[in-house]
Formats: sequence, C-alpha cells, structure tokens
Amino acid sequence: MTFNIDEIRAQFPILSREINGYPLAYLDNAASAQKPRAVIDAMSRQMETSFANVHRGLHSMANETTAAFEGARGKVAALLGAPSSEQIVFTRGTTEALNLVAYGLAHTLKPGDEILITQMEHHSNIVPWHFLRERYGAVLKFAPVLDNGTLDLDAFKSMLSAKTKIVSVVHMSNMLGTLNPVTEITKWAKAAGATMIVDGTQAVVHSRVNVAEIGCDFYAMTGHKLYGPTGIGALYGKPAALERLQPFNGGGEMIEDVYEDRVTYADIPHRFEAGTPPILEAIGLGAAIDWFMALDRDMAWQHEMACYYHALDGLRDIDGFKLIGDAPQKGAVLSFTLKGAHPHDIAQILDKYGVAIRAGQHCTQPLMARYDIHSTARASFGVYNTLGEADRLVAAVKKARLFLS
Amino acid sequence: MTDHPDHIQDMVDDFTFLGDWEERYMHVIEMGKALAPLMEGERNEATRVKGCASQVWLVSEAADGDDPIMTYRGDSDAFIVKGLIAVALKIYSGRRASEITATKARPIFDSLDLSGHLSAQRANGLGAMVERIQRDAAMRASK
Repeated sequence: MTFNIDEIRAQFPILSREINGYPLAYLDNAASAQKPRAVIDAMSRQMETSFANVHRGLHSMANETTAAFEGARGKVAALLGAPSSEQIVFTRGTTEALNLVAYGLAHTLKPGDEILITQMEHHSNIVPWHFLRERYGAVLKFAPVLDNGTLDLDAFKSMLSAKTKIVSVVHMSNMLGTLNPVTEITKWAKAAGATMIVDGTQAVVHSRVNVAEIGCDFYAMTGHKLYGPTGIGALYGKPAALERLQPFNGGGEMIEDVYEDRVTYADIPHRFEAGTPPILEAIGLGAAIDWFMALDRDMAWQHEMACYYHALDGLRDIDGFKLIGDAPQKGAVLSFTLKGAHPHDIAQILDKYGVAIRAGQHCTQPLMARYDIHSTARASFGVYNTLGEADRLVAAVKKARLFLS
Repeated sequence: MTDHPDHIQDMVDDFTFLGDWEERYMHVIEMGKALAPLMEGERNEATRVKGCASQVWLVSEAADGDDPIMTYRGDSDAFIVKGLIAVALKIYSGRRASEITATKARPIFDSLDLSGHLSAQRANGLGAMVERIQRDAAMRASK
C-alpha cells in the first residue's frame, strides 16, 4: 500500500484536461468525484466481453455478469465492514437508500412518534422524514449544531426519549466537513429503543467505516463520490432491521411467486431490488472500491487534510474570509463566505482560472438558516488534489476578492 | 459581425475596447453596480425570476397604448448576475414591446462574448431573465 500523488493522478484521465486555458483543479469532490482508469475500464470491459441481464439467466454470460454483479455486492460489504453481502442492498445512491428506509419503516410509526435528525443533514436525509411527518403524523426534530459546526451532543441526548422511533444522522457533513460520533450516538439511540440510520455519503470516502463497530441498523452510501459511477449506491442493514422494511418498489427480481390473489417476496437483499438493476454501475462501483481499498487510506486522509489546511492558511488572510465549519473532528471540506461577495460570483470567477468549486446551499437549507447565510462557496478535496491546487484556489479567491469589492 | 441598433451598438463598442475576460467581467460588474437597487418591497415572489441559482428580481412597467414602451428594472444578490441584468436592461428597457419581442438576445451576447451565460444549463439564470423580459413584452404587445 502506497500513496504516491503522481501515480494516483496519472490514473485519472480527466485530470489532464484544461479549463479556460488552465489545468483543471477539481475541488468539487464532495459533489461528485472523478473516475480512475480502473473504473472506466471495468465498465467498458464488462460491456465488451461479457454482458447480460443478471439472475435467473441460464446462459454463460448471464452467469458471468451475475457473478460480477454479486461480487460487487461483496466488495461493498467489505468496504463497510458488513458481516455478510446479503446485508447490502443496491440502490441508485444514498438518496434512494434513505427513501427506502423511510418508506419501509412508515408502517411501524404511529402519529406522535418522533424522528430525530440534525440541523446538518443533507436534504436527502430530511425530506424522506418530512414525508413521514406529512403522511403519518410523525414529529420531526432537528438536533442543533454549535457555532463551530459540531453537533450539540448534550442537546441531542436531551431530545431522545421513549417517543423517539427513528434517529438518522450524517456521518460526515457535506457542508461543514464535521465528523459526527456516530458510534456513540448509535448507543444512545439504541438505548432509547430507536432505529438508528447513518448517512455515510461523505464518510466512506474519507474515513474507515465499520458498520459492525458503529452498531447502526442502517448505513447509506453512494458510489459516485467514491470515485465510482453515478446511479449506484448501497444500503447496509442489520438482518432484523432489513426484515422490518416494507419493499419500496415492486416488480421483477423482488418476488418469489406472483399469483392473481397474492404475492410472495424474494429474500433480502433482492426483495428491495425490483427490476433490472444498474448492473454496469454496480460493477464499476466494485472496481472503485477495489481501487480505493488498495490505497493507503490513512495517508490519503492525511494528504487531503494537508491540502485543506494549506488552503485554509492562505484563505484566512483574505479580507472578509470566513470559514463555515471548524469542528475539531472534520474532513477536507472547506466551506466559506467572503464578505460582500456572493458565492456564485466567486465560483464563476474561480472557473475562469480553471478552479472548480461548488457554490450554493449544498442541499442543506436548514443548516444555512442555522448560520443565517444564504449560501457558501465550498472547496472539497479528494485523493488526487495537490498542495499546488490549494495554492491556486487561494490565488483565484484573491483575484475574486479584487473583482468583488 | 451583426449590426445592432444604436443603443446596443454603443454597448458593444464599449466592450470591444476591453481586452481579456477579466476586463470584460470587471466591466459587467461595474455595470451592475451602477444599477439602482430595487426597493425592499419590490423584491418579492412575483418579481423573483425562477430558474436562477442566485436570487434575481425583475420589475416590468408598461406605458399606455397598443405597443407600449416597456421599462424594466432588475436586481440580484450576486455581482456578475447583476451585471448581466444591466446588460439585458440596456438591450431591452425603454423599447417598444414589439421591438423587445423581435430582438434576439443571443447575437448581442455573442458580440459581447458573453453568450456562454445565456444557455439554459448555466445556473445564473440570464436565459430565464431574458425569457421573462420578452414574455412580459409579448403580453403587452398583443393587447
């Protein structure tokens, strides 16, 4: 296991492109990461050499494709530290995983039952719970976030009670970068008798996740931020928790037998995978996980944080700069505002210098309201970013400061 | 090179003296800063132009008559978008409704080397704003 930044960059064909005459500095990894050659090749190789629909096929390529698809499930299980690949449901991404859980648990709720989330959730971990509030009379509660971006754990604990049936918390915030102590939170949630869900979208990319250690009932992730393709993600669940979920989509693959007067369902995980799944995307995700797990992930973390702190050092000197999210435990997500300058202006000017960042609400409107801001500019680092790119970010924001004053 | 009416050609001429994109952006931003801000009450749901990532408001006023002169005022919380609004107002505000509906934005923004901002995929919403300006004019022109 090594971590050589030049070797890593060489594996990403897209990093050689130019934007507006500058080498691309891609700092929008929290939105979606670029894909290494290994992922691109795995998907095209599958299409070129062996492709068919999965499951129940009786010819050679159907068996081969099924083996590759189910092999990818095993890789997700290994990434997450899941005891068995049968505990991994393929979904389109985190959003679909969380919607599946919310839909699937709705039948267990009574009016007045409480769902506890946090102010730093992504809309994908808010809106599905709003559905349960609107449709089933559940009470949705938001645990507060402290000024530095840390979850207010005392307040969180005080909001848990026997009425709390569902707790759903982001492992790493896409806007603040904060890493939440989900193992501890899971203990509290389980002690209160609640079902514990963790949104692992950002966390799987940056930290070592072990769902067995965390002890949560469900853990949701997506592939495209993990250097894999779009359209594929996964939901891990404990066997008993998955058994409690009502299926979300009905159709082929998810059934055992269908009659005119009744239907019996397939075993988990296929019960939750109606229709032809995103086969190539799952295989691509498997390749991304192989590639990712072969990295020295501790070194990758240190490298990303070095880029983060290097950029932060430079940005702090810029007039009007304000970091949003300064939790002691955080990943390489740098959200900021620049007094008097709209984040959209900053992003557009940075693009002119070949620096790609995000500007907006980052699907975290309640968090924006918490900080009384309408949007932030956000640079988010991945394994292939460099200190030189952090310097270019700083230089471009300095230019933007000149434009926007 | 497209020929433009005088009030547009003046602006196009201003831009031709500008060198690189930095100078053009600076100029656009300056044009935005020179716009009179809307009054607080004018920034409301009715005047908000949807489809813009930043907040954009547009107020239209029509004089009397069959083919009235339309006056537009606009605002945004972002500098570049506000500048682009100023460019759009230079093109469309104070013109007759029939002229506004007949004036295509793309060739003008092409001449200014700003047409990249017009496409629907661009989140800044210039396209949505021009659409709104022309729709409001079309409603008055047909009355």
